Amino acid sequence: MDERNLAELKTLSKEARKLFIEMMANLGVGHIGGSLSIIDALVYLYYREMRVRPQEPRWEDRDRLVISKGHAGPALYALLAMKGFFDKKELMTLNKLGTHLPSHCDMKLTTGIDMTAGSLGQGLSAAVGMAIALRMQKKDSRVYCIVGDGEAQEGQIWEALMYAGSQQLDNLVVIIDDNGMQIDNYTDALNAVRPFDKRLAAFGFEVINVDGHDFNQLDNAFYKAKTIKKRPTAVIMSTVKGKGFSFCEGKLSNHNMKVSADDLASALKELA
Amino acid sequence: MLESIEMRKAYGDTMIELAAKNPKIVSLQADLTGANGMKEFHAKYPDRSFNVGIAEANMVGVAAGMAACGMLPFVHSFGTFSTRRCYDQITISVCYAGLNVKIIGSDPGVGAELNGGTHMALEDAGIMRNLPGMVIFEPVDSTQLKSALPQIVDHPGPVYIRLFRKNAEKIFGDGYVFHWGKADLLHEGSDVAILASGVCVKEALDAADLLKSEGISARVLNVSMMKPIDKEAVISAAKECGALVTAENHSIINGLGSAVAEVLAENAPAPLERVGVRDHFGQVGRARDLMETFGIVAKDIAAAARKAVARKA
Repeated sequence: MDERNLAELKTLSKEARKLFIEMMANLGVGHIGGSLSIIDALVYLYYREMRVRPQEPRWEDRDRLVISKGHAGPALYALLAMKGFFDKKELMTLNKLGTHLPSHCDMKLTTGIDMTAGSLGQGLSAAVGMAIALRMQKKDSRVYCIVGDGEAQEGQIWEALMYAGSQQLDNLVVIIDDNGMQIDNYTDALNAVRPFDKRLAAFGFEVINVDGHDFNQLDNAFYKAKTIKKRPTAVIMSTVKGKGFSFCEGKLSNHNMKVSADDLASALKELA
Repeated sequence: MLESIEMRKAYGDTMIELAAKNPKIVSLQADLTGANGMKEFHAKYPDRSFNVGIAEANMVGVAAGMAACGMLPFVHSFGTFSTRRCYDQITISVCYAGLNVKIIGSDPGVGAELNGGTHMALEDAGIMRNLPGMVIFEPVDSTQLKSALPQIVDHPGPVYIRLFRKNAEKIFGDGYVFHWGKADLLHEGSDVAILASGVCVKEALDAADLLKSEGISARVLNVSMMKPIDKEAVISAAKECGALVTAENHSIINGLGSAVAEVLAENAPAPLERVGVRDHFGQVGRARDLMETFGIVAKDIAAAARKAVARKA
């Protein structure tokens, strides 16, 4: 990726983090860590990769995104607002009664969301179904699905991975957000779901390991994924939960945490 | 009299016809394609047929994704595994997400026969009943099934079909037309109303005959849709007969009996006796023997009717 494009993505990434943390600070609490670990990937997907039409959100030929770890909804809302799916002012309604922006992704409520998620482990199956349906319809649309590392402790994820490999879904990219943490502890300490690369390769995936906060690596991975035929691709992102703000980055307590006015002030200073 | 065609054959044949007209119809299976009569469909439409292996949760999720892309998926398994095995997936990925997936549970209740208690769905309709927007349909015979399926295809939301696999007792003639959400009046009567579903409908008709010889006039209704329940039919039965009996191949808890009791309590309180499986698990046995053991045959229904009539004020 050239310097100009890289600089643009870095600027967009700062804007996304700013919108995100303002949204969370306005409410004072929320799922911070798992949103910040995927927000760079979302910036890349929405600005470099996915074909979507904000003015025609149900466009049939669009690419699909399923955030199977549905609690990262707020990171997605920041991107959808930036892309113009809805007004940025709406971000301040997050999790308030009657909002279109609930904690967990809801395709019935939010413009631009392709699948409801929140009960962990389910979104990937839906993404597999989408990839099959789009292939049946002879569309060249692609399906992207973000799965949390902790989420992958759910058995249904492995049912879906097995079937994706079995169906040779080369229009599906599974993105693993390997931030190494879950609510109660480090993932390795509770139920060792790693190594993702060997496991997914054994399930029939083309596996690409990347730093999930490095746009050049993401660019190479998603470019390569398009060249893979007859099997799905897994982009295994090594990420940092809570990435970008020192009040939360890498802290085990950041899954769902309070955000004070001081936290917001320090966060905005770090973005400047 | 038993029908000459198996229910599953009637289902599979009708699905083949409907799929010819509607290219969105897709079948998903979890390794039980023959059990629900869809082998011929899968042979005829291989590009629209998917067998995910023994993975019901994934099957429902895949179907939800297909529905989100405009397809019309029908997922199949035994009634136990197509409901409780993947209940959270049906709840969140289908119902909460507002996606149009049809769910087929074969061999309900005593239909599981020699597969026994692990496979005997006695609570399937009950747990489906709790889900907002879910429709529950239990066809009484192949004529009703064939008449209802096109309407189920056209219905823009999830439907759970309790599909008895074998030959059913013939209840309806060729001119029958299924009316969505409506109970079918099979036998007029004025002293007690028997509201039955599935294999218990023939038992209810036999019970009406037994009661007739005792001078009790029994109305018999086939309630093939447990949800939405035909409130009008329940209320008029209460007002015109003054006593009711429900009969079902399902637990009396959260089944047809519960649905009728709720309508009565809120609209037209009247004595009600519930015939069904009384809060216990299933076991192995032939369907007929199980029905007698569970107390859901004609004599049990007649006894319940006498009791209900005796309770009239």
